[in-house]
Amino acid sequence: MNKIIKVGMAELDICKSPDGISTLGLGSCVGVVLRDPGTKIGGMVHVMLPDSTKIRNSENIAKFADTGIHALIQKMIDAGANRNALVAKIAGGAQMFNFQNKLAVIRVGDRNIEACKEVLHAEKIPILAEDTGENYGRTVVFFPEDGKFIIRAVGKEEIFI
Amino acid sequence: MGFEDLNAISMQYMDVLKELGNIGAGNATTALAQMLQCKVDMKVPQVKLLAFNEVGATMGGEEQIMVGIYLMVEGDITGSIMFLQRLESAKHLVSMLMGTEETGGTDFSDMELSALKEIGNIITASYLNSLSTITQLRIMPSIPDICIDMASAILSVPAIEFGAIGDNILLIQTQFTDDIELDGYFVLIPDLESYEKIMSSLGM
Repeated sequence: MNKIIKVGMAELDICKSPDGISTLGLGSCVGVVLRDPGTKIGGMVHVMLPDSTKIRNSENIAKFADTGIHALIQKMIDAGANRNALVAKIAGGAQMFNFQNKLAVIRVGDRNIEACKEVLHAEKIPILAEDTGENYGRTVVFFPEDGKFIIRAVGKEEIFI
Repeated sequence: MGFEDLNAISMQYMDVLKELGNIGAGNATTALAQMLQCKVDMKVPQVKLLAFNEVGATMGGEEQIMVGIYLMVEGDITGSIMFLQRLESAKHLVSMLMGTEETGGTDFSDMELSALKEIGNIITASYLNSLSTITQLRIMPSIPDICIDMASAILSVPAIEFGAIGDNILLIQTQFTDDIELDGYFVLIPDLESYEKIMSSLGM
């Protein structure tokens, strides 16, 4: 009997096989999942903004790519995961509206994706797969048992990466 | 009043929003009734300050399919506004406006999409006019853009804008009833400087 742990906007959590972890309706936010194949511990962070150092109010560490991914890594190590074995998958970062606008905030999906990749790269965690960008929302479910990352979108076939 | 953190938002500001919601919804009711040629009534708008993870549930679930109409605001204040409604009420509105049969699914024709944008335009303009009238500030909306997707995904856009200043999002919920059933959510996101302008123009 496995349960699915729910991660909300600007939250993070971990789970252990056979449980799964999920977030509903990712838009411009990015869902980063990590997995240690040995212990089958997995985790997810729902990143809203690229950089905590650019924001005055940054107490909620799960909100940002940098602090959120670091906190998730630590939480997984605390649960017994092997730091050096971690692998990642990412999804989300859509551009929900087509504004041809000067405001950088509209492109925040792209900036979130880039920031997550940079942090993962700096932490030497390989990104095994991604389903990012485009212009639609995604519901994602991750199973640390086999690393399957299921992605659902409105009016589209379910895929897994 | 400086505005640095939504968590520390004043009751005064909530009252301003509530009043704005009332006047705006009143104007929107008149405009909708004229456009649809039917009776439209409204309920007293609710102003809610919600944590990010509560927002989806408020609208009937994170995966509830909604139609979001989003506009940039320029002039004396800058920022953006969004009007959200459930897919079913959007379908219903469009069929009333165009005098066509209601269709299923999540698709809209180009004509229907532009009708929806027009409805969004009218409703958001009603709110912006009331804001402009009570603050005496010049407020100009851009052309609208539309998105049909899961509630959480659409709301991630304003949430990210609020995310830069706090962990909450401000919603005005408005219900139109009578010949139509329209449950709409309205999100107004002035930037920091504009918040101060709005408050000081009201003598707060």
